[in-house]
This record gives sequence, structure tokens and C-alpha cells, in this order.
Amino acid sequence: MNARARNLLGLALVGLVGAGFLILTPRFAELDTVLDLTVYMIMAILALSLALVWGYGGILCFGQSAFFGLGAYTYAIAMFNFGESTIPLLLAIALPAAFAALLGYFMFYGRISDVYLGVITLTVTLILFNSVNSTAGPEFHIGVARLGGFNGIPGIPPLNIPGNKAAVIDLEGMFYLSTAALLVTYFGLRLLLASRFGRIIVGIRENERRAELLGYDPRAYKLATFTIGGALAGFAGCLFANWGNFVSPTIFGLAQSAQIIIWVIVGGRGTLIGPIVGCIGVQWLSAALGANQPSGSDWWTRVLANAPLILGIILIAFVLLVPRGLVPTLGDLGHWLLRARARRVATGLRPKQAEEG
Amino acid sequence: MAAPLLETRDLSMHFGGVQAVRNVNFALAEGELRCLIGPNGAGKSTFFKMLTGQLVPSRGQVLFRGTDISHAHAHQIARLGIGIKTQVPNVFDGLSVRENIWLAASRIHSGERANSVVDEMLERVGLTGAAGRLVGQLAHGQRQWVELGIVLSTDPRLILLDEPAAGMTHEEVHKTAELVREINRSKALIVVEHDMQFIRMIANKVTVFNQGAVLVEDAVENILRNPLVRDIYLGKQAAA
Amino acid sequence: MDLIVLLAIQVIYAIASLALISVGLAIIFGMMRVINLAHGEFLMLGGYAAIVATSHGVSIWIAMLVVAPVVVGIIGVIVERTIIRFLYGRMIDTMLATWGLSLFLVGLTTAVFGNTTVGISAPLGSFQIGAYRTSGYTLFVIAVALVLLGGIFAVLRWTRLGLIARGTMQNANMAAALGVNPPRVYAVTFGIGAALSGLAGAVLAPVSGVFPTIGVAYVAKSFITVIGGGAAILTGTVSASALFGTINQIATFATTPVFGEVALLATAIVLIRLLPQGITGRFFRRGL
Repeated sequence: MNARARNLLGLALVGLVGAGFLILTPRFAELDTVLDLTVYMIMAILALSLALVWGYGGILCFGQSAFFGLGAYTYAIAMFNFGESTIPLLLAIALPAAFAALLGYFMFYGRISDVYLGVITLTVTLILFNSVNSTAGPEFHIGVARLGGFNGIPGIPPLNIPGNKAAVIDLEGMFYLSTAALLVTYFGLRLLLASRFGRIIVGIRENERRAELLGYDPRAYKLATFTIGGALAGFAGCLFANWGNFVSPTIFGLAQSAQIIIWVIVGGRGTLIGPIVGCIGVQWLSAALGANQPSGSDWWTRVLANAPLILGIILIAFVLLVPRGLVPTLGDLGHWLLRARARRVATGLRPKQAEEG
Repeated sequence: MAAPLLETRDLSMHFGGVQAVRNVNFALAEGELRCLIGPNGAGKSTFFKMLTGQLVPSRGQVLFRGTDISHAHAHQIARLGIGIKTQVPNVFDGLSVRENIWLAASRIHSGERANSVVDEMLERVGLTGAAGRLVGQLAHGQRQWVELGIVLSTDPRLILLDEPAAGMTHEEVHKTAELVREINRSKALIVVEHDMQFIRMIANKVTVFNQGAVLVEDAVENILRNPLVRDIYLGKQAAA
Repeated sequence: MDLIVLLAIQVIYAIASLALISVGLAIIFGMMRVINLAHGEFLMLGGYAAIVATSHGVSIWIAMLVVAPVVVGIIGVIVERTIIRFLYGRMIDTMLATWGLSLFLVGLTTAVFGNTTVGISAPLGSFQIGAYRTSGYTLFVIAVALVLLGGIFAVLRWTRLGLIARGTMQNANMAAALGVNPPRVYAVTFGIGAALSGLAGAVLAPVSGVFPTIGVAYVAKSFITVIGGGAAILTGTVSASALFGTINQIATFATTPVFGEVALLATAIVLIRLLPQGITGRFFRRGL
């Protein structure tokens, strides 16, 4: 089977599994579980935004949570002011995108190198955290929406069907929306990456100098990639605000930023499925370790339930031992096993023969 | 006497105290093939970097087809029609040979046309069999040809080759010289090389660099006999 | 008049504390080109080391100036030998691995010490400047910073160790050919950078208290100071601290502490944009 056919088969598989998951889950799972799964879907979209920007674009962004948070806050604030969700949803995508475009212009047209990009994006998200965190008093408001500072913004009204204020989305509806959004994002990105634009940004990631010497302007391509990533993260943020009906400044925090990077590393840069797997896997693991811990448990249990501790070890282990991430490494392992089997078959040696021989 | 394709006027480059290139006045005619030789550190690669926009000159001008490109961005200069094969192969190591050439070809062709140009180019540099392999895993000589294929695919007017024969086997050197002569039928070239055999295979006029400045410019037979040139090479290569 | 003196002291204090928290990182980044995102946690561990020592009866001065640097220095060497040395040349991977280390250390200290802030009361009391009172400890911190920076300058400039360090930084292969052992130099350098960070964390512990996530507040500021400062370790750290510290204090004085922080961070971003090589990439280039 050639590469193209394998590619299409893979896409079909994802589509099938995704559609099945979408349709069957609410029928068979408890509402609790559906709620948990919904946030996994939303975070997976966030992971995909960094997969695009970093995995394919080669832009080390340590502050992807900035756009995620901006999306969530923009939705919340706009929703309180408008009452109907169409414009807030659009704003929640447009504002982070605009911010990403501005920041991207500042960084890429300033020829700032990789490492410093990471530091600057980290600093930006910290600025947002610090600023928003201190807006607790009633004097901090945009229109009728109070920013709430470290208290956050509670009671965020959910999305409604465009035009119909009364038809709000419910829990099950959120699940359908988030899962569908994830599938659309996945296939949309696959399309983008197979296009001329997608292939060029990968070239720029591989060797920016060479791409430049061929006549491509890396600054413009990186800016576009970064902006799309920001828009996606903002969209995820809007969904997140809907899921919990609450948003607080921790969304801009270092921990959130670190998580997104960990998902992409664990899952595998340079793929789209990888970060989705990494995201859902790490989230599930954190929940499994942290949940159901009765108070007064022994020291060992408390250690295992300590998310930063476990995540830290996972990150170090993956960087040192599995630098390409789970999905590519498993893919390599699969290839190796298949080839080993093919070799055995080709030499016609069966285990018993080998023993007796 | 037609206007030169490429011209530099008093071109200079210094890096915090080191004068890498000093007052170089250089002219290349349309379709000409020029060899650039000189000992290591003579400023040849720095000169190339200024021609392609990778470095901004400290002083002086670079003119390409009459336009001053001294302060233009590298990608703008590439679009004007200057291609370069760099000293250390600058290719997309993590991508296949086909994808490498596609990236170059698709800058000026689109869709199906780009794909057929890629196939032609693979033929031309003799890499059709290796089209699907990752460039990072190819032998050094093959990587050089990939880069040649990339440069040719953007159809530039002027091609700069920085040590195209470096690290190649005898056979590969011959093949490369043939390719260079073939390219010269439609394009201008400046070739930097140390391998004197290779230079004899392709050269007419040679410019000799030393300590950042042009030492002498002459036909290849005269250069090889020139005592000044022998001196700067410590009497080794020029006599070979 | 008194107000000016007070403000001046605050500005110098801001510069001094910024320099203190950054110099360990500057040494590691400047010498080894390693981005250590666990830097904030080295500061935090220094604070805890001092607190544990004092709670066992050790004098506060010994705890801060001896115990903390030694403990964190040893931790630094262990980290270098077990993690960092596998990642030389891979800058991004080093950033990621040290971020993992940072999470791990935060988790570990939370598990061991719990989440609450532990404090030491600042010794040295307060003194009067005209109508205002200010803490004597402020002057101590400034003094420590001066002594430390002066000491580093002296070592780099006049001792064999400093020469070896500068040589290895410039050209590791040459240094090896001359009999110096680069891996050992790296381990020692990382250890010293960590020790200095531990010292800074301990010295600043009485000011802000210590809790597991205090590293977060330190890491961004120290990073932008080091990167804003540029390649020269001392000149870079001092000039960047001077710039950022001054802006931070003036902004704080004029508005609120939060805005002071934001002003500092924003200035850093603008600086990096204008001077991608840092201050000493353009000015004071021949400095140490």
C-alpha cells in the first residue's frame, strides 16, 4: 500500500472513530463522564493550536495559554454585555487572533530568535496573569462585566443558537459541539498542512535560511501560522468558558502554559494525532491520580496525587528518553516490528525449525 | 559593451574590528562563468553572503541588473533571480528529495506544472531513484546535488556555487563539472572552489581573493602561472 | 529631600535584588548557554534551606550565607550530572527538561513542606530617614549584592579559576587541549550558579516569605534580566538590573506594585526587540 493510500486510510479511520465517539458516548456514558470528556475535547483543540504553531511551524510559544485565556475572557465579558452569543463567539476568536498578529509582527519582523521567542511569549502570558489578577475591585469592568481579579468571572451565560437567545446549549449539547469542533479542527488542519501554505511552513521550520534563499518570506508565513494558532486557542477558550461557566486568571498562568507544551511533547511534535493523544492521556492521568484521594492518605498516595510532581517527571523523562513523543515513537516501533516479521517470513524460518535445525 | 549582470562597487564588510572584505570592485557579464579562488579566510563566502542579502555590507553597493540590492532582504534578492548553493549544504534535511525540490519549484510554478518540473529536475541531477528518501540520510555528494536541484528549480539568472565539488569522489567531481557547464549555457555563474582540477574543467576567467580584496583577475591559464597567486597558496595547489 | 533619599534607596534595593536573583542564572547562561527554567526553584530551595537550618538552631546569618548556597550548590551539581549534561547543544530540549525539573521541585516541596508560606522575620530592625522609617534589612541586601558582584568580578578577572572559566566559555576544545576538563568545568559552573541562586533566595526569604511556588515570581524577571543583559555576565546583569529595577520602582512609586511589575515586563520585551543581543551585545561589549 503506498503512502497516499495509507494517508487516506488513516484519515478515514479517524473520521470513523470520531463520528462513532460523537454519536455513541452520550447514549452510553453517565452525564459526569460526558462532562469530563467535553473538557478533554476542548483542551485537545488547544493542543492542536500549539501543534500547528510549534510542531509544524517551529515557533516555540511558551504562552499559548495567553490566547486561550483571552478567548475565554473575551467571550465572558462580551456575553455579559451583549446577551446574545453570536458576537461574543466571533470576538472570542477575533481578539486573540488580532493579539497574536500584533505580537507575532513584533517578534517575527524583529528577527527574534527561537529561544527568545519562548521567553517573550512566556513573559506576555505572565503580564496578562499579573494584570488580570489584580482587577478585583468593582472599578475594574468593561461595560457591565466586572473583571473580578483573582476571583474570576462566575456565571458565564452559555452559547445559544444564533438569533435565538432562549435556545441555550445544554451539557449534552456542549459535548456534541466540542467533539464536532475538534473533528472539524483536525480535518481542517490536515487540509491546511497538505496545502502549499502548509508545506512551506514546514520547509521554513526545517531550514528557515534555505526557505528564505528560495524567495519565501519566513516572517510573513510565521506570522500567519501564529495568528491561526492564536485564533484556534481563542476558540478553545470560548468553549472552555462555556463548559465551566467560569473563568479565572489562572488560565493565563505558567501551569496552564506548561501543560499545553507537555501534551505536545508527550504526544509527539510533527503530528496532529499525537498532541490529541498526549492531551487526553495526560489529563486523564492527572485526574486519575488526583481524584478519589481520601484526606489523611499516606505519603506515597499524596505524592502520586501531586500533579506537578508527576508532570515534571513525565516531562523530563520524555525529553531525555522519548524526545519525539509517543505517537511517532510507537509508529517507529510498529514499523520495526512489521519489518522484523517480514524478515522472518522472508527467510522462511519458523521457531520450531530453528530449534531443531 | 552591455551593462554587467552583477556589479559591486567598493564593497566592504567588517565585523567588530576584522575587515573581512575590503573595497571589492567586481563585475560579471550576462551568462558569464567566473571562478573565485583564494585561501581560507580570504572573504569569498562573506562576499557571497553580501550578494544574497544574508549580510548587509558595511560600505559599498551591490547592483544586480542595475538595481541596488545592497540592503534588500534575502528573500527579495532570491525573487530577483540570484540563487546560491552554500558552502555547507543548506537543504531541508527532514524532508524527502522530492519535497525539497518541490518547495523550490512551487515558488514559481503552481499545481501540476510544479510536479512535472520536479520530475524533470530529479532526472537532471540524477536523483530520480532517491526521490522518496530523506535528504538528511543521503551521502554528502548526493546532498550537494539536491541543493543544486533546489537552486536550479527557481530558475535564477545568476547562480552562486560555494565549493560545489567539496567532499566529492572523482566521478562525482566530473559529473558536477559537466552539470556546471550545462547550466552555464543559459545562466551566469560564480563558482568558489579550492579544487584546481575542477576549476580547470570549467573555468575561463578567474578572480583571486586574498585577505578580503581582489588580488588579480585573469584567464585561468595565466592565473595558474602567476607567481603572486602561487605565493598566497604557499606554492601548493597552483602548481598541481 | 528625605523622600528622595528613600526613593533612591528603594531604587537601589530593586536593582540589587534583581541583580542578586539573576547573577546565578547569568553565570549558567553566559558560560554554558543553558536555559535553566528551574532557576526560580533553586531560589526557592535556598529559602527553604535557610528556614530549615534556622529552625534547627543555626544562626540566621550562617543559614543564609553558608548553608543555603552549599545545599543548593550540591543540588545543582546533581542536576547537571543527571539531566543537563545529556542535553548540551539542544537548547530547546534543555528548556523543556528544566521546566519539567521545575514542576518536579515544586511538587516535591509541596509534598514535604505543604502549601503555606513560611517566614523568617527580617533581622536588623528599621531606621529613620527624616520623617520615614525604612528597614535596615534593605541595606543588608544591597550590601550582599555589592559584595557578591564584586567577588565574582574579582574571581573572573584575577584568579586561575576565573581564567579557566572564561577560556572554557570561549572555546571548550582549546581549553580541553590545555588540560582543562570541560565536563568538570560545566558541573562546577552549574553548581556555582545554583549556589548563588540559593544564596539569593535565602537572603530574600525574610522579605517575602517562602512557599513552593515562589519560583514563578523569580524566573521570568531573572530571565529577562539575563537575556536583556546580553552575553557579558557581570556587565550585562548589572546594566539590565539597573534599567529594569529603576523602571520598576518608579512605576511602582507612581502607580501600583502590579503596574510596576507590568512595566518591568513590558520594558524587557521592548528591549529584546530593539537589542536582540541584549545590552552588552551593543554597549559595554568588552566588559566581563
